[in-house]
Amino acid sequence: MLRRWLKANALLAPTGVWLGFFLIAPLVVVVEFSFATRDTGVARAVLPWTTQAYLTALDPAFLPIFGRTLLYAGATTVACLLLGFPLAWFIARYGGRYRTALLAAVLIPFWSSYLARIYAWKALLDGEGLVNTVLGWVGLDRDGGFLLTHGAVVLGLTYGFLPFMVLPLYVACERFDVRLTEASYDLGHGRVSTFFRVVLPGVRSGVLAGSLLVLVPAAGDFVTPKLLGGVEQSTFGSVIDDQFRGGNNWPLGSAMAVLLLVLVVFVLVLRGRRGEDVL
Amino acid sequence: MNRRPWVLGAVVALVFLFLYAPIAWLAIASFNSSRSLSRISGFSLQWYAELLDDTRVFASLQLTLQLALASAAISTVIGTLAAFGLRRAFPGRGLWTVLLSLPLVVPEVVMGVAMLGFFVRLAGIPLGFGALLFAHVAFSLSFVVVVVRSRVSGMDVRMEEAAADLGASPFVAFRTVTLPLVAPAVVAGAAFAFLLSFDDVVISSYLTGVGSTTLPVFVYAQASKRGISPEIVALSTLMVTATALLLIIGVLFASWRARKTGSAAKLAV
Repeated sequence: MLRRWLKANALLAPTGVWLGFFLIAPLVVVVEFSFATRDTGVARAVLPWTTQAYLTALDPAFLPIFGRTLLYAGATTVACLLLGFPLAWFIARYGGRYRTALLAAVLIPFWSSYLARIYAWKALLDGEGLVNTVLGWVGLDRDGGFLLTHGAVVLGLTYGFLPFMVLPLYVACERFDVRLTEASYDLGHGRVSTFFRVVLPGVRSGVLAGSLLVLVPAAGDFVTPKLLGGVEQSTFGSVIDDQFRGGNNWPLGSAMAVLLLVLVVFVLVLRGRRGEDVL
Repeated sequence: MNRRPWVLGAVVALVFLFLYAPIAWLAIASFNSSRSLSRISGFSLQWYAELLDDTRVFASLQLTLQLALASAAISTVIGTLAAFGLRRAFPGRGLWTVLLSLPLVVPEVVMGVAMLGFFVRLAGIPLGFGALLFAHVAFSLSFVVVVVRSRVSGMDVRMEEAAADLGASPFVAFRTVTLPLVAPAVVAGAAFAFLLSFDDVVISSYLTGVGSTTLPVFVYAQASKRGISPEIVALSTLMVTATALLLIIGVLFASWRARKTGSAAKLAV
């Protein structure tokens, strides 16, 4: 038993050292910075310790930004679920020998440049863009196009994070025993009732893992809201970015980063151990 | 009860349209004769020609490739070791799993500012290639572990036991039995790590030093200043094509391996 423990830890040691130095230590430093005092000089964060940064971060002035960020992240997660589930179910159930190819087809756009994908949406959603033109044929076009709207941001985020939802959902759908649905039909349940009472509980771990992989990164993303939503749609991530990029206020940026980390821990605890096997 | 899934099929087709329409549009716009991305006015190769003349683009492309290769090499080696470490249950495995899931769920902006603060203030690591490499391995590692682990945990231990029974030393058993079995997943993990590093904007944007701008950071800076230039769209189209080709080659290689080793085991892509 001890030998097995030593062997496992020896194999894991390089990873542990690397993550300890270049991930955990930086996160600890952020917590430290969040209690420091702002310094406008080069140091940007100095003693004495204070909770000023948290008081500023929780100022009501930032509330709309909090709300907007949660709205974007929540809407993106729901949209990814609605698009991702049919896709994952179809590939797992009807993919046959094309399963791998279909999964790869989901991943190819994901592996194209992240910025390029956002640019493409910028062009498509523009006032003169393809989306507006096509909608114009049926009289649904919008003056100036759809850029700089909440919808554009959620669309861009959904596009960016969809594969993170599809992969865990696919694993769960593949494991799901399809005979359970047949049993449910035989017992007199309809399609809707079968979906909510048999299928959904059956793929729960995939839904949870996928939602986690979409919700948290979407809450921290600032590039998509910046490029598709503009200045008015600033999110939590972009406020953090501003504090560091201009060297404006490292303690405030750190305090907000810590609040985002608290959200991560909260979601992880909420998820419990249910989706662990997928992630 | 086996109704043909017409409705489901139609929904899936629409989702694929959603996935591919922007990419297709990008490719079309890169051959546009005017600067506009939304209105196509004619065919032209001028943006590709301008791209080839741009030395800054090539300098940062070279740096990005070196960085991605180094990051993929390191994270594949230590990530594969970690995946083997997690193979059997031992006290503390849950903690390791939590540690390894952190890079997957901590938002990039938080990792980026944390690394900036740590490298600059405490560790005295100068911004630039080294800092970028440390960071890229840190966020790619977990993906390698997830991919390789899924294969390792599905492996039949009896194959290795059989090798040992037939007189193979642990090293020979590993080289001739274990390694060929996990190779597709290791290759997939390496490709994953390479592309994560190659495409990273957010974390890299905090850690680039003078003269060490990676391509995505360069593109991002250009875009925020002057909007989207058609030259960058041409470059993006080339990158999309390159990554798609890489992935297709990877899938073909993996299925070839799978057929060769005679196992119908699912690919860990």
